[in-house]
Amino acid sequence: MITLDELLEKDRRREEDGFKRKIRIGRIVKPGAGGKGKIIIVPTTVEEKFVHDEINLDQKPGEGESTGGTGEGEEGDVIGEQPVRPQEGEEGEEGPGEGPGQGEGSDHELESNAYELGKVLSQDFQLPNLKDKGKKRTLARYIYDLTDKNRGVGQVLDKKATLKRIVETNITLGNIPDPGNIDLTKFIISPQDLVYRILSREKDFESQALVFFLRDYSGSMSGKVTQTVVSQHVMLYSWLLYQYDKQVETRFILHDTEAKEVTDFYKYYSYKVAGGTKVFTAFKLVNDIVERENLARDYNIYVFHGTDGDDWDKDGKQTLVEIEKMLTYVSRIGISIVEHSYVGSKQTEVEKYLKTSGILTKHSNLLKMDVLNENADDSRIIQGIKSLIS
Amino acid sequence: MELVNQHVKGIMEECKLRAMDHGLKFDDETLEYIVTNRDMIELSPKVMIPTLYDYWVHDVRVISGKGMYEAYPSNPYETVINTRPAISFYNDNNPDWLNVMIFYHVLAHIDFFQNNLFYKNTWDIDLTGQALSDKRLIAKLRSEKGRWLDYTIEFARGIDNIVGYHKELNLHLLTESKQRLNRTDFYFDIFLQKIKNVSHNEYLKEITRYNENLNTKEDFFSLVISKYPEFEELYRRELLIKHKSDLDIMEYIIRNSPFLKEDENEWMKSVIQIVRNTSIYFQPQIRTKIMNEGWASYWHDYLFMRDNRICGHEVDYAKVNAGVTSMPKVGLNPYALGMRLFQHIKDMEDRGCYSFDYFLLKDQIGKKKFDQNKNTGAEYILKIRENFNDFTFINSFIDQDFVTEHNLFVAGKRFNNARMSIEYYIQSKKSEDYKKMIVDTLYHPPEISVDISRTKNGILYLNHKFENKPLKVDFIENTMIGIEYLWGGPVHLETSEPALAGKTATNYANFWDPSSQQTEEKKPEPIRWKRMLYIMENRKLHKREL
Repeated sequence: MITLDELLEKDRRREEDGFKRKIRIGRIVKPGAGGKGKIIIVPTTVEEKFVHDEINLDQKPGEGESTGGTGEGEEGDVIGEQPVRPQEGEEGEEGPGEGPGQGEGSDHELESNAYELGKVLSQDFQLPNLKDKGKKRTLARYIYDLTDKNRGVGQVLDKKATLKRIVETNITLGNIPDPGNIDLTKFIISPQDLVYRILSREKDFESQALVFFLRDYSGSMSGKVTQTVVSQHVMLYSWLLYQYDKQVETRFILHDTEAKEVTDFYKYYSYKVAGGTKVFTAFKLVNDIVERENLARDYNIYVFHGTDGDDWDKDGKQTLVEIEKMLTYVSRIGISIVEHSYVGSKQTEVEKYLKTSGILTKHSNLLKMDVLNENADDSRIIQGIKSLIS
Repeated sequence: MELVNQHVKGIMEECKLRAMDHGLKFDDETLEYIVTNRDMIELSPKVMIPTLYDYWVHDVRVISGKGMYEAYPSNPYETVINTRPAISFYNDNNPDWLNVMIFYHVLAHIDFFQNNLFYKNTWDIDLTGQALSDKRLIAKLRSEKGRWLDYTIEFARGIDNIVGYHKELNLHLLTESKQRLNRTDFYFDIFLQKIKNVSHNEYLKEITRYNENLNTKEDFFSLVISKYPEFEELYRRELLIKHKSDLDIMEYIIRNSPFLKEDENEWMKSVIQIVRNTSIYFQPQIRTKIMNEGWASYWHDYLFMRDNRICGHEVDYAKVNAGVTSMPKVGLNPYALGMRLFQHIKDMEDRGCYSFDYFLLKDQIGKKKFDQNKNTGAEYILKIRENFNDFTFINSFIDQDFVTEHNLFVAGKRFNNARMSIEYYIQSKKSEDYKKMIVDTLYHPPEISVDISRTKNGILYLNHKFENKPLKVDFIENTMIGIEYLWGGPVHLETSEPALAGKTATNYANFWDPSSQQTEEKKPEPIRWKRMLYIMENRKLHKREL
């Protein structure tokens, strides 16, 4: 059976032959109980043919595709409904979100898969490698290796070094009269001649990243918007995990009108709430955490925020203050605005105030924004990542 | 993959006897294999044919299928493939009573494959053998041509949905003499009316003369030829045109592509042919999904309920059967719909409802009580399984009685501005609307053919016969790159697109202020269509309005 790597290798060859690449990376989330899931990375591809478009042009505005149904009722009766965005201000119940968010599995599984995904993204989708991982912030950690040598006792005999010493000793003792005809049986071996390798502690310097993922989980974020944000965040996380050779720590923050930290990715992915939106609360919480735990000294800090662009703080006064503060210590802030398709060409609030404040150009090396549509496909999401991390 | 054991085979043979007693017809020989779910995952991208040619898209599907299985394990009951002998696959963990039910289901599938006339083109082919030799040829070519073989498969598959299946089927259904336009038809239908434009009077005179000649056994055409010396030549030319215009895009390319005519590209023809044959083989299956699944479900239910081996497992059966054949509150289930429709048809026919008397009845009570005790339903549905496909089945038999009886409706979905929610509602309970909704879900590839009169100067001109459905624009480029490659020159595609009347997204609720009611209710303008020409040249796509 062919492997994913071989498939991707083949796919790369297409470009040499002048054809577009066809394999894309898809994800399946394995659901389970307890809010933990596992992400499975699979390749996907589309076989293009001439086919009829599914769009229904006669559709009335606001109508969806019709389908079959069975049951009691008269024409016009509503048989069920699905909230798009519950009433503002209404106290929302926190609950598991729809979609493939809930699931069980260990964190390790996610991590190993994410590392693989990061590798694929970096190698096959040409996401750039980090040039400067931040030298000043390094982590000292120790690894153990058999590099030191010791005479007399130790764990592993270094045969070559030992033989050298024995020969040396015997030359000194005049035990080798004729170098052309050595009699090994006459060698005198001192215990001190035995050279061993011993286990030793080595200091290893590596840079380390801390990533804050911030997500708007207010009522308006229902459906595809959340999926797109989370997709992008999964890929960002995977990419960083690969770049930092797994030396990545993550913190997850959700916000509506208040921000709160959640412990793991699954909660981050799956929670939804029926609240309003105050973006600044999330940025403020990050600033507080960084200050309280004195994280800025040891880590390269990345902050990624996903939102649909809706904010009660319409001019972003509070948000901009928090962002300015954050810019003093972060390596990168990336803000993804995923627009609902009904927004049209209108700019969202967050987009508007970020642009008018000039903060994007002033700190263009630290602060990036990506505006995409909720229907964005994987390649668009990956392209967005490129702009967020460039 | 191994054959089922003797005990299980015994159950199957018993099922066959009972199924035949009720009128099902199928070859006596069948092969039943036990497979693992992993086998199934590996087979499904190859449409369950173990010997189908290798191709990387299948590998992609297998890898993602395995991922999917890891996340969502499933346990399919059975799969049948349309071969001779018919082959079916099972899990090895089914209890005997369940096997009885599954075998009835499978036998009905086999009966359908072997009796429905839309499958006639598959009856004389040993598919697994054919596929195996194709697979070997492809493997050999791959070792010689490397990845260019895969490109050829890819490009051929890009047009394998618009194969001339119906024409191919016609060849099998009609006898040789009927296929060709005969001289008489040409003379009366085309020559006299279209070419010579003769008067009615003269036309009728010729017919009279023809009828007289039938009796006297004189040669009708001797006079024709002496009158119109050009007749024979025109007839010959007409046959040629008719024959040519029948080619689908794949055949046309195989026969006429200047690129494939070059010696070093000759091998591609056999690859395209393999892809085309494989596609044609599966066309009937795509077009009889509701019927085929409905038929199998109808019979497993009918036969198993009358089988003493159900004793003690009635509740188990009810559970399994409900899982397969219950109607979803919102959504479609082809098994359930097809089964109910067959049951409905049998009932209607038993009561003699497909009659003028019934048609004339206006009151519901009278309709309900109507019964002529014809009891011919059993034979009637056997006829239907022989002569119908999904479209004709749905179009002919979904009537108001059926929709009302099963409480069916068209479920709509709409955005509720005031409640900020997506509402599901009963859009219509009329059979016509329900029928239309189902018909819209049926497989219907676009009709695109080579326009021979405009295919010249090295340009392949494709014409999309427009049926009020535009093509999926995203797919046009890559598909045309493939055709250009196989054709070896520029390719033009004529199709229709909506002239955008500016349907803006603001028709939705005002997101920022949901309470604001939209005052003006825009009347939906009828869509205007414009004819577009897509031009693929040197792997670049352009388009312009015609």
